[in-house]
Amino acid sequence: MRRTLLEGLLHRPLSEPPPALDAAELEAVAQAVGVAARARLGRSLSIREIDAGSCNGCELEIVALNNAFYDLERFGLRFVASPRHADVLLVTGPVTHNMRAALLRTWEATPDPKWVVAVGACAHDGGEFAGSYACERGVGAVLPVDLFIPGCPPTPVDLLKGLLGLLKLSAPR
Amino acid sequence: MPIFPELRTAVRVETQNPWPRFLVDIASWRLAGAELAAGRWTLLGLWGEADTVHMAVLRGQNEAIGVLSLPCADRRFPALGARHTPAIRLERAAQDLFGLVAEGLPDARPWLDHGAWGVRAPLGRAEPVAEAAAPYPFLPAEGGALHQVAVGPVHAGIIEPGHFRFHADGETVVRLEERFGYTHKGTEALMRGADLARAARLAGRVSGDSTVAFTLAFARAAEAALGLAPPPRAVWLRALMAELERLANHLGDVGAICNDASFAIMNAHCAVLRERVLRAAAVAFGHRLMMDRVAVGGVATDLDATGAAAITAVVAAVRQRFPRLVELYDNTASLQDRVVGTGRLDPALARQFGCGGFVGRASGRDFDARRWPGYPPYGDLRFDVPVRAEGDVNARVWIRIGEIEASLGLIEQLLAGLPAGELRAPAAFGAEAEGVALVEGFRGDILAWVRLNADGTVARCHLRDPSWFHWPVLEAAVDGNIVADFPLCNKSFNCAYSGHDL
Ligand code: SF4
Repeated sequence: MRRTLLEGLLHRPLSEPPPALDAAELEAVAQAVGVAARARLGRSLSIREIDAGSCNGCELEIVALNNAFYDLERFGLRFVASPRHADVLLVTGPVTHNMRAALLRTWEATPDPKWVVAVGACAHDGGEFAGSYACERGVGAVLPVDLFIPGCPPTPVDLLKGLLGLLKLSAPR
Repeated sequence: MPIFPELRTAVRVETQNPWPRFLVDIASWRLAGAELAAGRWTLLGLWGEADTVHMAVLRGQNEAIGVLSLPCADRRFPALGARHTPAIRLERAAQDLFGLVAEGLPDARPWLDHGAWGVRAPLGRAEPVAEAAAPYPFLPAEGGALHQVAVGPVHAGIIEPGHFRFHADGETVVRLEERFGYTHKGTEALMRGADLARAARLAGRVSGDSTVAFTLAFARAAEAALGLAPPPRAVWLRALMAELERLANHLGDVGAICNDASFAIMNAHCAVLRERVLRAAAVAFGHRLMMDRVAVGGVATDLDATGAAAITAVVAAVRQRFPRLVELYDNTASLQDRVVGTGRLDPALARQFGCGGFVGRASGRDFDARRWPGYPPYGDLRFDVPVRAEGDVNARVWIRIGEIEASLGLIEQLLAGLPAGELRAPAAFGAEAEGVALVEGFRGDILAWVRLNADGTVARCHLRDPSWFHWPVLEAAVDGNIVADFPLCNKSFNCAYSGHDL
């Protein structure tokens, strides 16, 4: 335990440009998100994630934003447990009919001003599930959507880029 | 001797491969129910069509697999759930989706149908409904000091939606009742009439964390129907992707379980290793989760030297870092205090429900579809299948640790022995055909059954997630634990919501 902790202190943090496929891109997005977040939001934006019937692929990549490579919290962007604490609803899935009421109630519980971000092909227009008896055609069929982040699923870098886009859009309504 | 000597009056359907399907009468259906109830057979799945109900069974200790089909002209069939509890939720779902009535079912409440579809029996006669659904009656629990805790469908964390209703006596859970169906997307209805490529994409979106395993299960069932043999290189590449998927998921799970015991450092380190695996997958196969990379007849993408090097590097990194995390897990008394003895699943229940994967293998059920019935290339590879008997959270963690080691070994063997050659065999159509497959995903065995039309489109496809047999026993495993340990127990099972709700 002590050795693991000590190494953690002495090693370079992973969230510095990792020698990975998208290091340059990640760094650019990360810096831009940081600046815009400070300017618009005083370094703080609380995100509530809602799975409205996704296949869970989108959730895996959203969760990855918290790992040491992306470390979302360094930008002042953080996931909160209750919609009552949230500025942004990050919604995945085509919106199944069985989740429609819960999604609406979560949105109603979120204080204004609030933004809705639809994540993934499903949330955009139903994706592969468009036309099913059990699904809406995406989040826009139920809620006003401010931003769509494409991908199936979007990669963590796509998600970071999308959140940057949101910060640019986010003059309070 | 026939492989199902019990089924004397059954008629074998000649179009199904590789395991037989029998048309049975009510007497044989009941007899099958008795074999299941007596524990001589294990239920692998139960699904329907407009006027037929099917069950897949495993006979004895890995002796044979078969599908039994009961035509129900009057849209009724005798419920297996009357005597065999594991069938109850499957039969409730069959009632919802196909409009068939399971006679004598002890719990006939709707399961996937929340009354929001505007249609009843969508895969059966699909009758429109206008009226709003009645409120769902949860099971009562009576007693002076009991209180209820209702959780979900929207949870506090970034996880899938489902509802948990606890009855607690002080801190102790006296009953947990689950309610699901929130992520039901009507996937099986979308599959009807789809061509193989579209159906494979849908299979790959049943449960995103198991996209390789589900696409593989669908592809193997379709290939069995078509008599199609994918080329050796494709077979090995599929196994490589499947093991990378297992590795990434198990790494994520080990960290997440420790996190739910408030030991965040394990999660931080495991999440880094998981991320490295996903990045290697992206370099090697062009997609972090390897979605749509398995295709009917082979694979959709090749592996080049850069990709192989990325995988080799990540295997080395996990081999170097993970043992120390295991040591940390094993030597942290406060963590051990939370996981040892918590959420114990009785081996008898694991056997009765035919629990697969780490849930079954942590409770003594020694079953792994890679080994039996087995499918290539695993016959050419060496790997251990860890089994333990304690059935607690700790045992489920250790099974994953063992499987991480096994997958690392498999990935090395697969890279070393990767055959050269074609990536895909072309499919030829011509007649109606059926196929069935059992594939080991990271959660356990996935059953795929498909009937193809003569033009190669899907007439009917059923995909059964391992979680169908995990969720019910989680209710039992949580009994007598404190409410605060539920997230820990739940994470150690890590059942699929989308895979279950379909
Ligand atoms: S967009 Fe893709 S990954 Fe996301 S929920 Fe839909 S199918 Fe799954």
